[in-house]
Order: sequence, then structure tokens, then C-alpha cells
Amino acid sequence: MIVDDFSWKIAGEAGDGILSAGLMFAKSCLIGGLYVHATAEYPSLIRGGHNHLDVRVSARPLYSHTKRLSLLVALNSESIKKHTRKLLPGGGIIYDSEETKINPEEVGRSDISLFPMPLLKMANACGGKIMRNVIAMGATLALVDYDCQLFNHILSKNFAKKGQPVIDNNIKAAKAGYDYIRQNFAHVKFPFRVQRQGDKNNIFLSGNEAICVGAVKAGCKFFSGYPMTPASSVMHTMASFEKTHGVVVKHTEDEIAGINMAIGAGFAGVRAMTATSGGGFALMTEGFGLAAQTETPLVVVEAQRPGPATGMATHSGQGDLRFMLHASTDEFPRIIIAPGDVQECYYLTIQAFNLAEKYQMPVIVLTDKFLGESFATAPAFSGNEIKVERGEMLKEVNEEDYRRYRVTKSGVSPRSIPGVKGGEHVASSYEHDEFGFEREEEHVRMAMHEKRFRKFANAAKEIAEPQLIGPENAEITIFCWGSTKGPALEAMRLLMQKGISANMLHVTFLSPLPAKKIAEVMRKAKLTIDIEGNKTAQFAGIVKQETGLEFNCKILKYDGRPFNPEDLATAIKDLATSDAHRIIILNGWQEAVKLKSEGELLLKAPELFSAVVEGD
Amino acid sequence: MSMTIKDLATEEQPAWCGGCGDFGILNTLKMALSELGEERHNILIVTGIGCGSKCNHFIHTYGFEGLHGRPLPVATGAKLANPKLKVIVVAGDGDTYGIGGNHFLHSMRRNLDITLIVENNQVYGLTKGQVSPTSKKGTPSPSTPSGVIEEAINPMALAIAAGATFVARAYSFDMPHFKQLIVDAAKHKGFSLIDVFQPCPTYNRVNTMMWYKDNLYNVDNNGHNPRDRDAAIRLASTGMVNGKLAYGRFYIEEGKYTYDEDVAKVVAVPPVEQDIGNIDIAPLMQRFAWK
Repeated sequence: MIVDDFSWKIAGEAGDGILSAGLMFAKSCLIGGLYVHATAEYPSLIRGGHNHLDVRVSARPLYSHTKRLSLLVALNSESIKKHTRKLLPGGGIIYDSEETKINPEEVGRSDISLFPMPLLKMANACGGKIMRNVIAMGATLALVDYDCQLFNHILSKNFAKKGQPVIDNNIKAAKAGYDYIRQNFAHVKFPFRVQRQGDKNNIFLSGNEAICVGAVKAGCKFFSGYPMTPASSVMHTMASFEKTHGVVVKHTEDEIAGINMAIGAGFAGVRAMTATSGGGFALMTEGFGLAAQTETPLVVVEAQRPGPATGMATHSGQGDLRFMLHASTDEFPRIIIAPGDVQECYYLTIQAFNLAEKYQMPVIVLTDKFLGESFATAPAFSGNEIKVERGEMLKEVNEEDYRRYRVTKSGVSPRSIPGVKGGEHVASSYEHDEFGFEREEEHVRMAMHEKRFRKFANAAKEIAEPQLIGPENAEITIFCWGSTKGPALEAMRLLMQKGISANMLHVTFLSPLPAKKIAEVMRKAKLTIDIEGNKTAQFAGIVKQETGLEFNCKILKYDGRPFNPEDLATAIKDLATSDAHRIIILNGWQEAVKLKSEGELLLKAPELFSAVVEGD
Repeated sequence: MSMTIKDLATEEQPAWCGGCGDFGILNTLKMALSELGEERHNILIVTGIGCGSKCNHFIHTYGFEGLHGRPLPVATGAKLANPKLKVIVVAGDGDTYGIGGNHFLHSMRRNLDITLIVENNQVYGLTKGQVSPTSKKGTPSPSTPSGVIEEAINPMALAIAAGATFVARAYSFDMPHFKQLIVDAAKHKGFSLIDVFQPCPTYNRVNTMMWYKDNLYNVDNNGHNPRDRDAAIRLASTGMVNGKLAYGRFYIEEGKYTYDEDVAKVVAVPPVEQDIGNIDIAPLMQRFAWK
């Protein structure tokens, strides 16, 4: 049997070159016309700790990683202990035969193959310990019978700046690994294959990178921010566009400066963006309100990670939704967009800039570590169908008494920017009159407060409603937002294979919330399940607030890890086949904790849960 | 086209206390702006929060009254977006040296071509009389009934150390002198700081107009060479000459690169002037196709 869904994990310490090797493998699959998804889990350390990268390859489009493994490259013994149980029957482990002595019985899996290789010794012969990853790559290529030339091409591109000797050394290392497998393990039948497909016009990039490409396409020319995982690569990517796309990028002294500078640039008429995670956004909240009060267009990327405080810097979660909805003082409208995949990261970021300028209000692009830092395949972006819409922006002002904050029916006031003659005005963080002058009178306050909200009502009208994915009359209807889209789509596939039909409403606009559409779908659905990465079901709460409706069941997760398709499918099936409406809390990659609606805890042993998965 | 002081007026009137130094600063700033020769639509005055930070309501140019402590980053963003703007920041001593201290330090280190005028009345006026970072040690106030314990901050020494290239002190009611300082600072290429002593007749009963009359010493053309860094540091370390508070040009460094000049080496066309109508991302698609 040949399996074309290949999931590969390389695991070791920080500094072992895990990410770079794994991504080179992924890219070599991309250029072979395959679909790839790559996601890494790593601690907040520069050296040491346990790091692993998952690369999943298939000839069909992929929406997320999987908890199952076809091949594990273990660069230390710890990696074997941690991940062996995730191997599929027929899977294998590549490890250093001289560092780790294991016998198959110890591993406890008679259904997998072991591929011991003298990785370190071979690496030293090719330039040093760091080459272990490339040797293991070569070995992987041999096992799955993939085209070495494609990998060599990526090696050459990757090390182009380092010169030919470095490229040659890497190609030599990959070949050594390849040959070792061919010479020593020719007798082992490894069932997984990665087969080259027809050429496709696809790209491979992270969510953060896709957001930046969207920003560039939208004409963002100013970025200011402060590094914070998992949003830092937004700044790095924007900085890489400085020369090619004329983007001024400022690494500021803190997040407060980051948002205020972006507001200054936005006020001066330039599309501007900042990016951070929850902790950085906490510092930005006052500035966020400033953008709303001065009606300055602004795009903020918030890549969520678990909190509170420093929380878990390199992990994922969806716990900041309420924070985004209510951040800063008093009440004012803000647009919150949560893309679900790299394509949405791109297209919705372009839309974010248009909305920010058309409605002169702050817009949040809400992602998380899983979406921002995972890499995925997508058709090459065009985006030419989305026009740059700058809204009511004045190139000249002819009226005698120009009023920057003129109270209009739409709520939007024609905006002049510094440099435009006749449009001089003061933008104030105080409540103000139509000219921008500070005012405290009741009627002025009310007129301005209402004007700000009128803009929001109009923005809501132009936002596309979410569309139901999957069969219309499914037994189960899944509701989710943000990065949960990928694992949920994969779970739907798994359920379909088991004869369970599910459809899904993935909501990208969380503010304004498409409440009418959500209610309509909820009323029609047979069983509604809310899936989100937090403890208090924040999305469900908002839906109840806006529609009065409650989801039948919920699947929640707040262990710092993204959902995976298998656990999700198991939990959904469990809910679909039980009479009671329940909440399931998923925990980790293996274990599941079940919570009855009465609050009684039912702990399931990991083995038992695995048995449930495998027994189906 | 030059503007008169009258041209610069708006229909708003300040509601400051009688004898407030803010009047002197507002009128002097308008005098300087009318002399500068910049057109009003190319001038941006960014302020923070405080009595004096309302000044851009009374000057007919572009203005941005931001958050307490944050005018410098707003000004920086606007200047980098449109380097042709003449950007002047007016903020209080609490705004700049207290809550906005981090921005103060880093803005000077950047030597961005903007001018910062700090209204230094050694007290928090708008919030009713608490001590400020420039209050003298021992000053009693509602927040420090037994007298403030910290030493006052020394903005002049800080500014020279941090990399500002035009560091001066003014007195709000020596208007001809102050006006010339603003004109020079605005024309200076690089970060210019003018720390302005000003009376707060309501909450600072010590440093009054009468007090300043007897306690100030103008160092301009008076034995101090602002282009001598060592002399500038010596002067700034005490801020005193002959037992009086020194004001005038403490330090001037010409020819040092400015942040905006260096940015222009990387991004040649200022952001605000770039056409964003139809940006081609095909080269980026190539980058991510890895072929």
C-alpha cells in the first residue's frame, strides 16, 4: 500500500537547524507540485529545549498539520520518547545510531521501522554537527523516493548568499544520507511515498508573510512596531520590503511608540500598520483609542499567544477576542478581522487597509501563533481584483470653513492630510466639534459619538457574509473563527470518511459580527458545535449576545497548542453520537479531558483516547 | 507667501490663567512661524496633554493633540511619512520628561529633523499642582506633602548625552530671544530641544515672573560657545552661571546625519508621495514560489 499523505517531523534542540532543514524539505515538495503545511513547536529559548517541526505533504490541498506521523527524524533521544506514539503503522524513525541505542522492543511498536544512522559522524565528514539535519533530509528523500534534484535546487537557493562551497557541502551531505538509506535499508518496505506532481502556480509562505504581502499590495508604506513573538516576523518581512517596495519600517522603543508612530503616519496620509501579540497590544490600547477618536486609519496585527502577562511566548491560542473587542476606554467601533488561512491573511489584509481608510477607524487583523508562524501552500496571489479604496480623502480643499469632523449622514467626514492647502485643522484626542476643537457640551458629544458609530453601521453593510462550507443538510454544523478553520476542515474530511456529514461556518469578521447570517445558519442546523481556542467560549458568548442563540455543544482548547484534525474529529463524533449537549475540552496532542455540562470532570487516559481514534 | 501673526490665529481662545507662561509660548511660536516662511499647510504642530498642549487649537496650521506623553512618536510617524513637513512638538515637562521619558530619549538618539519645545513650569498644572520631574527636590505638593524626594531631572544634560544636536533653554517672557531660538531650531537640521522656563501663576508660587527676573542668565554671546561640546556639558551639568539659571543656546552640533536623511537612502521616494494605485506583487510571488 502506498500512502500519499506524508507527515514528517524533525525534532531536537534549538540551534539544531530544525526549522531551516524542514522548510527546505517543504519547499522542495512545493516545487514538485505538491501541497505542503509546516508548523513548528518550540520553547522561548535560543539554544536547547525541545523543538520540533511538522511538515505534511500531499498531492491534494492541505488545510492543516496532523497529529499522526509517517516519519520521525529524532536528533536526540528525548525526541524518540516524546513522539514515537504518534507514528502511524508502517512509519519510521531516523535517529543517530551512535548517540541513541534502542532496541525495537523498547520502543514498544512492532509496526514501525527503525532507521539508525551515524548522523553525527556523517555530519562531521560534511562540515560539522549542523549538517545532521541535511543528512537526515537526504535519508528522508530516499525513504519516500522523492526527486533529489528538487531538494538540491532548494539547497542552492537557500545557501546562495553563502557561496558555492557551502552549497556543495550541503548537496554532499544530502547525498550521503540518501545513499546510506539506499545501501543499508533497501530491504525495508516504507509505505509512504512523496511523488512529484504536475507544475503548479503555487506559493509557500507563513500567515505573517501573507499579511505583509497583502499590506504591500494595499499600499502600506509605513510600519512601526516592537518585536514580540509570534508577531515579530511581520516586522521582519515588512523590513525585507523596505528597498523593493519603499516601505519605511521603524523598530520603535516600545509598543506605545509603535502604535503612535503608525497613527502619525496615518494622519499624514500614508497607509500604516503595526503588529504585536497580546502583551504588546496591552501597551497599545490607549493609542488604539486615539486612532478611533482622531478618526485616523490604522491597521493593527495581533498574533495571539497564551497569557496572561508573558504567558507562553511561542505558543498559540484564541484568548484575546474579548480583549480586542473591548480594548481601550469607553465604547467605539473597531473592525476585527480574523483570517483562517494564508490566502485570507493576504486578501483580508488588503481589505483591512481599505476599510481603515474608508471608515477612518482602526482595524485589527487577529491571528495567532499557529496561523502567523505556520507555512502553507496557496495559489499565487493576484489581488488585482481588489482595488485600493482610499475613501473620502481630499486632494484639495476649496471650502472656506473646512470641517474635518463634519457630521454627515454616513458618519464619514472628508479627510484632509498635512500638505493639503486649506485643510488645516487640529485632530484632538479630546472630544471635539466638527472643526476638531475640544468640546464638552452634551450635544457635541452625542453628535460625535453617534457619528463614529454610524460609520460602523455602514461598514457592516459592505462586509461579505460568511458562507457555509460543506453539504447544506449536514448532521453537524461547526462554527469557528480564525486559525481553527484549517484543522476543522481536515476534521470534516475525516468525519466524511466515517460517514458523518458536517458543514462549517467559519466567521472572519468578528466586528462587525454577521449576526443575521450566523443566526440563520444556527436555526437551520441539526446540531451546532462551537470550536475555539479558549476556556470561556468567547465567540459563543458574543454570538449569544448578538443573536440570543446558544450553540448546542462546544469544543474548547487552551493548552497553548492548536487544534489537530484527529482529536477534533473524535470529539465531534463523540458529541454527534451522544444525547446530551456537552462541552469537550481538548488537551494536548494526545489526551482529552471531558467536561460534562454539570461541571463534572471525566479524565480519559491517553491510551483509551488513542484506542477510540484507532478503533473507528 | 509669508503669514502674519494675525493670519495664524484661529477662532479659538485659550482659557489659561492670567500671567501663564503659555501665553508667551503661544505668541512667540506664532511670531517664529510667521518669520519662518513655511506655508501653513506644510506645518504640523503635535502636542501632548496639558494646559500648554492645547496651543495647536490657537494656531492655524495642521495640528495633532495626541495622548499624554506620546506626541513625539506621532510626530516621528508623520515626519517619516512626509519629510517635507515642518514638524514642531510642543509638550509639557510631565509629558516629555515623565510619562514620555522613553520617547524623549529615543527621539534624540535618532536625531530626527524635528523641533521639540518643552513647556517647563516645574509643576503639573492641569491636574492641579502635583510635582513634575523638573520640580526642585523638597517641593511640597498634593502628591508629595512632605516634599518631593527625588532630584529634579536635568533635561539639558540628558539631551546632549542622548544625541540631540540643538539644545537650548528659553524663558517664555523673553520673547525676542525665544522667537529667534525657535526660528534657529526649526531651521537646524536634526533634533532640536528648547526647554522653556515658564511661570505657572496658579500652582508654582516660587518660580514666578518676578522670581525669573532676578534669577536668569542669558549665555548667548556671553562667554559660552555652544559648539564646544565639553563647555556645553559643563554648562548643562549645573545649568547655572553666577548663581543664576542659564538660558540660551547650550549645545549646537551641525552636519550630523539626521534620521530622515538616512531613511531616504533606503526609501528614496517619501511614503506620502508614492503611488499606491496598482502595486505589482509578481516579484514577491516569485520569491515565495521558490522555483
